Amino acid sequence: MYVMFLLMGASLMASLIFLGAYIWSVRSGQFDDKYTPSVRILFDDKKKSKKSDTENDSGINEEEKK
Amino acid sequence: MEMEKFRYDNQIVRMFFWATVVWGVTAFLVGLTIALQLPAPVFNFGTSWLTFGRLRPLHTNAAIFAFVGNGIFMGYYYAAQRLLKARNFSDTLSRIHFWGWNAIIVAAAITLPAGLTTAKEYAELEWPIDIAIALIWVAWGVNMIGTIIKRREKHMYVAMWFFIATFVTIAMLHIVNSLEVPVSFWKSYSLYAGVQDALVQWWYGHNAVAFFLTTPYLGLMYYYMPKAAQRPVYSYRLSVIHFWALIFLYIWAGPHHLLYSSTPDWAQTLGTVFSIMLIAPSWGGMLNGLLTLRGAWDRVRQDPILKFMVVAVSAYGMSTFEGPMMSLKNYNAISHFTDYTIAHVHIGALGWNGLLTFGLLYWLAPRLWNTKLYSVKLANVHFWLATLGIIFYVIPMYWTGITQALLWKQFTPEGLLVYPNFLETVLQLIPMYWTRAFGGTLYLTGSLVMVYNLVKTVKSGSPVEDEEMEAAPLKPIENEKTDYKHRWLEARPVPFILLSFIAVAIGGLVEFVPMFVVKSNIATISTVTPYTPLELEGRDLYIREGCFNCHSQMIRPFRSETERYGEYSKAGEYVYDHPFLWGSKRTGPDLHREGVGKLKKPDAWHYNHMDNPRSMSPGSIMPVYPWLLTRSNDYAKLPKKISAMRTLGVPYPDGYEDQALGDLKKQAEGIVGNLKDSGIETSWDKEIIALIAYLQKLGTGILPR
Repeated sequence: MYVMFLLMGASLMASLIFLGAYIWSVRSGQFDDKYTPSVRILFDDKKKSKKSDTENDSGINEEEKK
Repeated sequence: MEMEKFRYDNQIVRMFFWATVVWGVTAFLVGLTIALQLPAPVFNFGTSWLTFGRLRPLHTNAAIFAFVGNGIFMGYYYAAQRLLKARNFSDTLSRIHFWGWNAIIVAAAITLPAGLTTAKEYAELEWPIDIAIALIWVAWGVNMIGTIIKRREKHMYVAMWFFIATFVTIAMLHIVNSLEVPVSFWKSYSLYAGVQDALVQWWYGHNAVAFFLTTPYLGLMYYYMPKAAQRPVYSYRLSVIHFWALIFLYIWAGPHHLLYSSTPDWAQTLGTVFSIMLIAPSWGGMLNGLLTLRGAWDRVRQDPILKFMVVAVSAYGMSTFEGPMMSLKNYNAISHFTDYTIAHVHIGALGWNGLLTFGLLYWLAPRLWNTKLYSVKLANVHFWLATLGIIFYVIPMYWTGITQALLWKQFTPEGLLVYPNFLETVLQLIPMYWTRAFGGTLYLTGSLVMVYNLVKTVKSGSPVEDEEMEAAPLKPIENEKTDYKHRWLEARPVPFILLSFIAVAIGGLVEFVPMFVVKSNIATISTVTPYTPLELEGRDLYIREGCFNCHSQMIRPFRSETERYGEYSKAGEYVYDHPFLWGSKRTGPDLHREGVGKLKKPDAWHYNHMDNPRSMSPGSIMPVYPWLLTRSNDYAKLPKKISAMRTLGVPYPDGYEDQALGDLKKQAEGIVGNLKDSGIETSWDKEIIALIAYLQKLGTGILPR
């Protein structure tokens, strides 16, 4: 059953990579805002004619993060 | 801040769009073919290329990697650019990804019907294709990470996290499970043997479901469902919890595919426990998807796209509740090896993956070709054909599964099996197999209606040029953070050492574990002997014909099974099995004791049975294999096979390569002699001789021949 060590090692490795990603994401403020991202994705469709909306949208968010 | 101008690559999305449509129809067509082969063996067409054993892997590979695979990439390339506010990192990589992935699928469509297979479910493709898959997968990963690095949106929306997890985990699973020793360009043996191979395979197999059919589609759900409903996702916080909980739990659930098998009990329990825990994140995600439609349910009535999505997410909820239930040992004792599993996976594949993909196709077509959907009515027709198709598919299959399991377990008051002949339990299922094929026909018809609708839609519009966007760059914030992170690490020696240790441990693990794996092949049962050269060649034919798709080699420790087949299977019996051939479905009986006890049959029986199964078992639904009787095997690769097996730890003596052919011929002549006594004239080099030798070997490890 030695192969279980390989599988658990590989699984743990994956978990650790995910853990690292999780710690990074929390520390870098990925989840500071838990509302805006869900709304923002609805508005990125706008073509050239409505460019100003897109600008405003990302502009506002940049300010909020700082 | 200065604005940057950039354009989204819409062409790559359109390329994957058509690939998804074409491969989808192909997968459904192959599926319908094999569904018809069960009630009517005539649909095997008497040719080796189209038998059930070879087409079933083609169907699963086409559905998973061709249809869903291209669906993932279609959805990803559209969503990721918009979520990250950046064009893909490299257009060349995107094209390499598209052409490479689809070339792999074409290679699969040729090699699998040709009988070139590793025998590991959903990983059947031979080693050169495995390498190609790894390279193309990495091309996608590099393209994705590159795009993430140059993104203009600091926050990575939850869908992106699901795509990242998909890339990382599938890369790992694919590499670990595909480790094999090549014999020739189209033949290899798994690095692992028996129980070990089974554990690796189902660790992979389960997570292929988790990280190929589930996580990327959840990413798509989190992007396209809010888009289609024009409502933000019900709870973004829940989606974040859903993601992290799901990926941490999923990877441990693999052994639930091996309950009551010869794998260690603690591993089985581990699989069960994590499977039960998975209900929480899975249902959290399902509810999050459904509740996204709060206040928009009136639109579901009119919009076929939302209908597809709602039923898809409901199917996800059903199969993620059923999965943990099937991971309970008492439940699994009934569902395993029967059509119950087939019903379960089709709720997932036809419902969750299929319907969500259809929803995406209908949503994307007007946006990629700047037009309106040709016919909403036809989309509704498709929706009902698909939904009814699923119902007509799964209900008979659940019924079949439970029926057959109960027939297998039925005892008379005297303690004898009521249905000692396996075939009797199969014949009860034929009407349900026809109903299932009807359901499949509905589903396929629906997809053809979709093709017509999409082609008409596309013709009414013109491809949307890569639209120009503007956004501020992200750079300054990134630099600041890197500095901070490094200082954080420097100031903490303990985590630093810990991380270094992990890095080293991973390296060591990768180097040393294969060594352990080979060493542990040393037999723990002294009577279990390596396969003779003829048996080894016969085993390769068993693999080529895909016998394991319908016949298991794993007798569970139930009275109903030991009564029917003989002594239950022991781990030590499989130590020379590269790869393992336990199978996951019993369309025919288990074969692990085929060469011993009351199941043992004369060589002539096997000869006639392979020529036409119905001559020996009237009513049998097994395909005919007449080519085994006429084709000669040249055995040119035999020395290489012996030496590959020795590399894997099978104790063939040094220099046995030179003797092997002589031994093979001697054993073959023995079988030819037996057949002659029964009035059958044949020669030693025919394929059937090797296959008979292998079948007669089964079960002899611990029982007298």
